[in-house]
Amino acid sequence: MTAPPVLDARGIDKAFLGVPVLSSVDLRIEQGEVHALVGENGAGKSTLMKILAGVHTADAGTIELGGRAVSFTHPLQAQRAGVATVFQEFNLLPELTVAENVHLGREPRRRGRIDRRAMAAATADLLADLGVDDLAPAAKVGSLSVAHQQITEIAKALSQGADLICMDEPTAALADAEVALLYRLVERLREKGVAVLYVSHRLREIFDLCDRITVLKDGRLVQCVDTADITPDDLVTAMVGRRIEAAFPERLPGTETGDVRLKVTGGGNARIDGVDLEVRAGEIVGLAGLQGSGRTEIAEAVFGIRPFTRGTVAVDGDVRRITSPRKAIKAGLALVTEDRKAEGLALNQSVRANARMVLDANAHLRSRRRLDRIPQILSGLDLVSRGDDQEVRYLSGGNQQKVVVAKWLAAEPGVIVLDEPTRGIDVGAKHRLYTQIRALAAEGLAVLLIASELIEVIGLADRIVVLHEGRIAGELPGGATEQEVMAYATGRRSTEDPA
Amino acid sequence: MTRLRGPVDLLRWAANPTGTVFVLLAVIFAWIFVLNDAFFAGPSFMAFLKQAAPLMVLAAGQYFVIVSGNFDLSVGALVGAQVVIAARLIDGEESRTVPVLLVMVGFGLLVGLVNGLITTVLKVQSFITTLGMLLVLFGAIRLWTGGAPTGGLSESFRTAGRMGIEGVPVLGQIPWAVIIMVAVGAGAILLMRTGFGRILMASGDNERAAGLAGARVDAARIAAFLLSGLSATIAGILIGGYAGVSAQVGDGLEFTVITAVVLGGVVLGGGRGSVLAAMAGALAIEALFSLFNQMALPATLRPTVQGAIIIAAVAYAARRRARPGSTAPHVSATANPS
Repeated sequence: MTAPPVLDARGIDKAFLGVPVLSSVDLRIEQGEVHALVGENGAGKSTLMKILAGVHTADAGTIELGGRAVSFTHPLQAQRAGVATVFQEFNLLPELTVAENVHLGREPRRRGRIDRRAMAAATADLLADLGVDDLAPAAKVGSLSVAHQQITEIAKALSQGADLICMDEPTAALADAEVALLYRLVERLREKGVAVLYVSHRLREIFDLCDRITVLKDGRLVQCVDTADITPDDLVTAMVGRRIEAAFPERLPGTETGDVRLKVTGGGNARIDGVDLEVRAGEIVGLAGLQGSGRTEIAEAVFGIRPFTRGTVAVDGDVRRITSPRKAIKAGLALVTEDRKAEGLALNQSVRANARMVLDANAHLRSRRRLDRIPQILSGLDLVSRGDDQEVRYLSGGNQQKVVVAKWLAAEPGVIVLDEPTRGIDVGAKHRLYTQIRALAAEGLAVLLIASELIEVIGLADRIVVLHEGRIAGELPGGATEQEVMAYATGRRSTEDPA
Repeated sequence: MTRLRGPVDLLRWAANPTGTVFVLLAVIFAWIFVLNDAFFAGPSFMAFLKQAAPLMVLAAGQYFVIVSGNFDLSVGALVGAQVVIAARLIDGEESRTVPVLLVMVGFGLLVGLVNGLITTVLKVQSFITTLGMLLVLFGAIRLWTGGAPTGGLSESFRTAGRMGIEGVPVLGQIPWAVIIMVAVGAGAILLMRTGFGRILMASGDNERAAGLAGARVDAARIAAFLLSGLSATIAGILIGGYAGVSAQVGDGLEFTVITAVVLGGVVLGGGRGSVLAAMAGALAIEALFSLFNQMALPATLRPTVQGAIIIAAVAYAARRRARPGSTAPHVSATANPS
């Protein structure tokens, strides 16, 4: 009889606030296996991992570890059962040493006192076993590189006796040389019989490292295959899947693509590099890319929140030094931010106060005419509220977003950047917003649209700029297929490759 | 404030922390009326308002700072410093009154500017900044005067705090202090309706959203401290005129005024409340102290009552805001680009 699988999860369901995130997902991982979990943003990878880590509890389904049924309601229970998770945000205490972190809460003791020597020796053994020779047990964690902190996390997991280590985008913050180190570490874990659940967007790593691949899409299991039996292109197709085409409003008649309104040349900062981008009047340019690919970073750089440190930005032909949102607004830019509650609205203030906030904040924009237009703008967006003096925190997400959009339209910008404008709003409001975006383009605005829902970018944008790891990987015409976009977004293709 | 459309709205208004203070004020006045209806005779009520005016002026200044998301604990010490400075510099000379008034305004603005710059540029929490300023002023004044204030105020200096328009029917005297207080209140209400006022409010509510909308959040907050310094200067002129010079002038006023503003339903942390309600809170505190007088309760009870009020008022506001469905989770104001 073969050994029971390290993990056998069946029929996992999970919903947040009534919205299903996972529907009867199965995941089976054998001993010593490196298992990839892949899918688009929002496919449910993180939720599944958090269920295994005990952060969330599944609504339905069973989880067996080594043949024993378990049910976690707290991360500590998962830890004790042998499931360790290395999140992107490490769970380490920076002021303590590597040895102290590895043994945190389980320090070896002698006569009631912590036995530091034993602790250091045990940590040194553990690191040697992992093939790591350049990390001192006495080093303070806060002073280590990201790669070494990650090793500390993995060593901690092993010292806790983990049979399964879940890694969330483990290479996201690593330099190339450090990735090689992680590869060696994962190989070593495999030899030791420790299973690894490897969550990553990077196809190369998946094909280099993993034995089998589980593909999730929209919270459902698409397939679970041996890596040897699938090609990277087929994997991308499996991740994207076939979807019923949502109805997107057509480009409005009379929309003319005019002069270049926004032009970024060679833009870069600590997070992005080599950004060349052009948006014309009447044009909707979509920025696509996986999480962390630099979409939001470009929006923030253009708008002066985390400005470009290299390259130039020109608005309507004039080169501008945009080093703050105030200067961006002066140049005629507007930014609908991704997080409307934290960044877009003063929730305790009225609809009116929020809608006129940009005008109030920028004296050069404040005019009777612009103020008088606000009610028109709000009704044009079909805002549903109890009146202009209602506090925006009482509005639905969709209506809140309309207030944010109204706030920017009141300033009559030339370029509008929309970062995830439909996040968390209902279908009807989404559609209304799509129509509005088309209308903005028809009025001659340049629209830069960021959305993690690929279908939105494809359905709305005239051109799609695809990002991969902070750089522009390629450009596609509107209406490109999701496979084409994903090929660039996952680094399968880039403009440098021969076509 | 929402327009009232019927008895239900009226009740809702009365139950919200801003409306509550007016109800409370009415209750306290009714109680005083029961004990002593002569309190509401023109001249005696005017005298009460004259006494309450400095605290109401301070409440308006404190309101600006609190609504923008900060505190100003230095106002009590600043009031004391201003009175002592006035006495020392005027030294009984009528001709020095106006120049000294200008010096006081300059000093009040300077203190506000320093508070504002330290809080915004150096990012020291305003609680600490202004607590430090309180101690600095307190110590500096005692060092300068050698412990006991010297000099004296001129008659014309004391006019604002003591005198008024005489011979008004029914009321007798309309004190200058009351006129100044009303003017300050009207100015504050108008200021809150300008772009500046809205940005100040938005900065206290969500500084990140305000900043992304192009607002100069730091500049607005510094301006709030300037207004607070100015209001402390005016309050100092009124108190000096009314009560004369002593070493204890202004002691503990910062706590009374914060109690008043909180009682007015202005939420600590910023972004909520009206300046009218803040000033009404100050009036309610003064009315409460008058009630204690009527009831012959010892004045030493005041700090205890103030402490109880500040806790109760904040707890009441927090409970109302925490009611399910009534509010979104409070957005942290620490979201900084870094």
